[in-house]
Amino acid sequence: MADRLPPKERTKIPRQEMPEQDPLQRANNFLEVNTGFDAALAQKEAQRCLQCVNPHCVHGCPVGVKVREVIDLVLDGKYLEAAAKIREDNVLPAVTGRVCPQEHQCEGSCILAKRFAPLAIGHIERFVADYEQRTGQVGLPPCAPPTGKRVAIIGSGPAGLSCAGDLVLQGHQAVVLEALHELGGVLAYGIPEFRLPKAIVQQEIDNLRKLGVEFQTNVVVGKTVTVDELLGEEGYDAVFIATGAGLPRFMNLPGEHLGGVYSANEFLTRVNLMKAYDPQHSDSPVFDCRGRSVAVIGGGNTAIDAVRTALRLGAAHAWLIYRRSETEMPARAEERRHAIAEGVQFLTLHNPIEFVGNEQGLLTGVKLVKMEPGEPDESGRRRPRPLPDTERTLPVEMVVVAIGAGANPLVQTSLPDLQTNRWGYITVDPASMATSKRGVFAGGDIVSGSATVILAMAAGRQAAQAISDFLKDGEWPNVVARGGECESNYP
Amino acid sequence: MYLVQDASFLAPEIKMIRLEAPRIAKHQQAGQFVIVRVHEQGERIPLTIADSDASTITLIVQGVGKTTRLLNQLQAGDAILDVVGPLGRPSEIQLYGRTLVIGGGVGSAIAWPLAVALKAAGNEVVVVIGAKTQRFVILEKELTQACDQLFVMTDDGSYGEQGLVTDKLRELIHSQSPWNYVMAIGPIPMMKAVAETTRPAGIPTTASLNPIMIDGTGMCGGCRVLVGGETRFACVDGPEFDAHLVDFDVLAQRNKLYRQQEQAALQEPPERTAAALSQTHPCRLSELTSNLPSSSKGE
Ligand SMILES: Cc1cc2nc3c(=O)[nH]c(=O)nc-3n(C[C@H](O)[C@H](O)[C@H](O)COP(=O)(O)OP(=O)(O)OC[C@H]3O[C@@H](n4cnc5c(N)ncnc54)[C@H](O)[C@@H]3O)c2cc1C
Ligand SMILES: Cc1cc2nc3c(=O)[nH]c(=O)nc-3n(C[C@H](O)[C@H](O)[C@H](O)COP(=O)(O)OP(=O)(O)OC[C@H]3O[C@@H](n4cnc5c(N)ncnc54)[C@H](O)[C@@H]3O)c2cc1C
Ligand code: FES
Repeated sequence: MADRLPPKERTKIPRQEMPEQDPLQRANNFLEVNTGFDAALAQKEAQRCLQCVNPHCVHGCPVGVKVREVIDLVLDGKYLEAAAKIREDNVLPAVTGRVCPQEHQCEGSCILAKRFAPLAIGHIERFVADYEQRTGQVGLPPCAPPTGKRVAIIGSGPAGLSCAGDLVLQGHQAVVLEALHELGGVLAYGIPEFRLPKAIVQQEIDNLRKLGVEFQTNVVVGKTVTVDELLGEEGYDAVFIATGAGLPRFMNLPGEHLGGVYSANEFLTRVNLMKAYDPQHSDSPVFDCRGRSVAVIGGGNTAIDAVRTALRLGAAHAWLIYRRSETEMPARAEERRHAIAEGVQFLTLHNPIEFVGNEQGLLTGVKLVKMEPGEPDESGRRRPRPLPDTERTLPVEMVVVAIGAGANPLVQTSLPDLQTNRWGYITVDPASMATSKRGVFAGGDIVSGSATVILAMAAGRQAAQAISDFLKDGEWPNVVARGGECESNYP
Repeated sequence: MYLVQDASFLAPEIKMIRLEAPRIAKHQQAGQFVIVRVHEQGERIPLTIADSDASTITLIVQGVGKTTRLLNQLQAGDAILDVVGPLGRPSEIQLYGRTLVIGGGVGSAIAWPLAVALKAAGNEVVVVIGAKTQRFVILEKELTQACDQLFVMTDDGSYGEQGLVTDKLRELIHSQSPWNYVMAIGPIPMMKAVAETTRPAGIPTTASLNPIMIDGTGMCGGCRVLVGGETRFACVDGPEFDAHLVDFDVLAQRNKLYRQQEQAALQEPPERTAAALSQTHPCRLSELTSNLPSSSKGE
């Protein structure tokens, strides 16, 4: 092991900044904003680690990545081993290294955070994952001998992918069924290229393929094939439902049907999945933002992604309209900072009440009202309330509604004996992720409501373990299903 | 990859394409559709399933823009990159009694499986189809076999009777009532006119809506339509809705949103279209499929 600096010296090193594209330049392209640590930066940052005996960062990580051991390996220059160490707990390190809200998880628990800046665990994770990809020597763990059992996984988002990865490691066959033509779930159609390049997602999926996971695209379970058929004539021994919370929410305001009013899912899908930003190479159209004024409504990651995308498509003004204050936004701090640097204008403590249009049915503006923080609600946050006589109309030609998503009902409606809560989320036994239907498990956003990539992955792992146990002894957990108690995630 | 087994023109610009898609064929019911993507850079477009057998589905495509014209170039042995479905709710086929199915243009293709299903459910089925001129009359033979009586209307009177489908509808309502159920499929102005014609007569009427779609699974919200003042998603709640509640003006306006880009796409140099199509041409099919994981080959 390399010599370590004494703890006092370590705290003197400042947190290493992530190199990034110049804001004004990147506001005009879809290339990645963060350009990544090199080995020197990763080393320097790793030296800041205090090597705690009881590392809080590991507890802060929903999948329990062995951060301390990873940092040790990085300090020794053993980057491939470091990546392999992460892979023991996390099948998508290049993804999580880029999109996890680290400030609330590993880094939020870092002991350094108390007096100094926390260790940049996410940046180091991304570095080793990218390093591994560049060398092409991906440290795929060995799979257990085949068990002959087959599991169908519905949905190829992070929950489905991590479940599939863990199942093949345990020797089971895992077949992922995806409704869209491309794999990755939100990672493919939602999170934009400049934050998570599609090539990175594809690499991670290829790694899973190498491990033995099978993928079938263009299969809508509940339509193309039913869960009963999967468990029956198609011969699967268990099913994992990971269909996400992909149902767009609208605000039910007047004018919502005007041309130019989009749901975040439609706007981002057109741009990310269908590559509408590149009309030379894509037949899918999207609203021509060039020189136009655009407003995005919401304060989550989705809203920030949409507004930054509009800016990159040439919007002259890109507004983010949020009904609370900036500090209350659920979006990652880094993304908020990046958005502002790129020229996004935040209009906080404002809420839309109407969309206004012309005779051609095209949007011309959004009527807003000022808000003030009111009494705290169940979430502890102060519920905003409108201030009388503060209405005004912001002239915009496109609006993206990004106020959260609901449960996608396709599988549930085709499976009436599957228990759901009153908002349509699937109810499961929290320990085993077992649903009310024998052989069927569920996890990710379709159980929890819109959450995060890493929480979806944690759910996938937990389910893989429970499925494996079930496949071994055929014992069905005899626990009352209890469900995601969430209604709206409109922050 | 979805192999084209047969492809032939029924009328100028209207092609019947039979595709191998066993899983879809097995579940398909009248009124449902698929979403196809012809090649890597192609858009996703919805098309009704006109017919199916044990392992194939039949689509009937009218070339109106870039993608549908590309589809019209396909021949037996070619392949389509992605086909997903069957999507949407099946039509509500019940014993209504005396039913009228009205198809305009390529809508006649959608009318066909409906007429068959309504007939099989024991209804007396009368079909009215409309076309610009004789050359555009499609599926006459199939429809004649599927229903009790068929009327063909042409705008110029070159075949059948001269007039619009709504002229015939009005005549039928006045001369042969009562009608228990009307189903309309075709251009938006036609469906709107049918709804206005049956409204005063109080005949329950359904329209099959054709908004712009992407995923077809309720995820994007792009296909939203206004029905009875409520927002509904045509891909999962429809595509069929109570025609008396549909706001056809909103539908027509929303469908115009990309008109400019669509026009521009049609002006593109033919090389790009040709290059795109060659991606899925059979001579490259083996090469393409060998690059695919075994599980995603076709169905
Ligand atoms: C724009 C955006 C930005 C985000 N940014 C971040 C971020 O920076 N950090 C973070 O941690 N989280 C972020 N999130 C949240 C995160 O992406 C989700 O919590 C996570 O993807 C949920 O994973 P999942 O596997 O449950 O579902 P999803 O990723 O939603 O995947 C579900 C998949 O199932 C498929 N499917 C649905 N129904 C069927 C069916 N019937 N048959 C077959 N397939 C089906 C869908 O097509 C989809 O591919 C973001 C979300 C969005 C929308
Ligand atoms: C449920 C449903 C079933 C359909 N069934 C058939 C069918 O059986 N046969 C058939 O020929 N056509 C059918 N259509 C219409 C067909 O999808 C459109 O003609 C096609 O998408 C046009 O694509 P394009 O690129 O050729 O033309 P474009 O140049 O893109 O558009 C021409 C016009 O088609 C409409 N359109 C464009 N994109 C879409 C889209 N993604 N979805 C729906 N409409 C769009 C718009 O009104 C547009 O102005 C159906 C549409 C729906 C919604
Ligand atoms: S097509 Fe996307 S929701 Fe209907």
